[in-house]
Amino acid sequence: MTHLDGNSLAGPLAEFFAFDVTMAVARCEGCGTTAELARAMVYPSGAGTVVRCSTCDRVLMTVVESEDRAWIRFTGVGAIEVRRVPEVVERPASPRASR
Amino acid sequence: MSDSVGSSVGPMTDAAADRSSGLPIAAVPRSGWHAATVVAARRETPNAARLELEVDGWPGNAAGQHLDVRLTAPDGYTATRSYSIASSGRGTRVTLAVDKLPDGEVSPFLVDEVREGDMLEVHGPLGAFFVWRPAAEHTPSDGVRPVQLIAGGSGVVPLYAIATAHAEADDPAPFRLLYSVRTPDDIYFADELAALAAASAPFEVDFIYTRRAPDGWPTGPGRIMRDALEAAVVPAAERPLVYVCGSTGFVERIADWLVEFGHDPRSIRTERYGGS
Repeated sequence: MTHLDGNSLAGPLAEFFAFDVTMAVARCEGCGTTAELARAMVYPSGAGTVVRCSTCDRVLMTVVESEDRAWIRFTGVGAIEVRRVPEVVERPASPRASR
Repeated sequence: MSDSVGSSVGPMTDAAADRSSGLPIAAVPRSGWHAATVVAARRETPNAARLELEVDGWPGNAAGQHLDVRLTAPDGYTATRSYSIASSGRGTRVTLAVDKLPDGEVSPFLVDEVREGDMLEVHGPLGAFFVWRPAAEHTPSDGVRPVQLIAGGSGVVPLYAIATAHAEADDPAPFRLLYSVRTPDDIYFADELAALAAASAPFEVDFIYTRRAPDGWPTGPGRIMRDALEAAVVPAAERPLVYVCGSTGFVERIADWLVEFGHDPRSIRTERYGGS
């Protein structure tokens, strides 16, 4: 199977993280590139998933899942930047809100 | 505190870079697992099906997001695959268009077996990266930028969702879709794309046929070439936002060429579905 990209991490990692990991900006420890994880290259296999820097191919992350847990290793990531995102909340209209 | 941590203090993407990409951090509904009922299943093309789902508790989704479908066999074996969502907005109705992969575990079931009334487990909406939202929903920091959509095969699905959101919002951004497809019979959303081209929001579609072109088509079938791509997309000088979705090989060929044409890599968003 050919590789995918970091968009494919959204579902598997949404099970464990409260934020959308694909929009997290990661710095590659190898070449210093910073990019959203959605832009990384993703190599799935039966053993687990390897996430590589799209610039230098260094391993950024590995994800191994079993039925009841996951092992998520940030092997080559110096730091990630996670934005605070205003959440979309459907609020019932309150009388005070209506003018 | 180690040096590597110390050096990472401060924003890793500066505000100017964000402005140049013009892509706001999208607020998207929180994802979760949901029970979905198939309310309609029909052929989209000879190799693909369109599924309308009624998803219990679906929080709505932004245009371009995807979901995961999980199938569970009687023995407990599960298989999960990602599918782009062809619809967007609030509400609990979700449209998928699924291409049948010859050796697939999930897609042959979704294309050939699923019937109205069947239940599926879906996880979503997923991903805030491959998302477009109309100017009315945010304040673009640098004005209206044109949008170029580039689809290879079933990669058109999220781009169709984006084009529909553009039309529904009557968004002023000029839109173009370049759609590489095997034959005229393999076009997804053919009628809908024609209707979008006739709608008031500016939208043009260009087709590239890779296996068989319609009678009288000016060029023979074949993969898109570099010059044809350059001629068919919004020029780099107009600073378009570009969304490319298709097989991994298609996406990487196109994205590399776009960068050679002078497009800002940060303004190119890609989604690879693997495959040939």
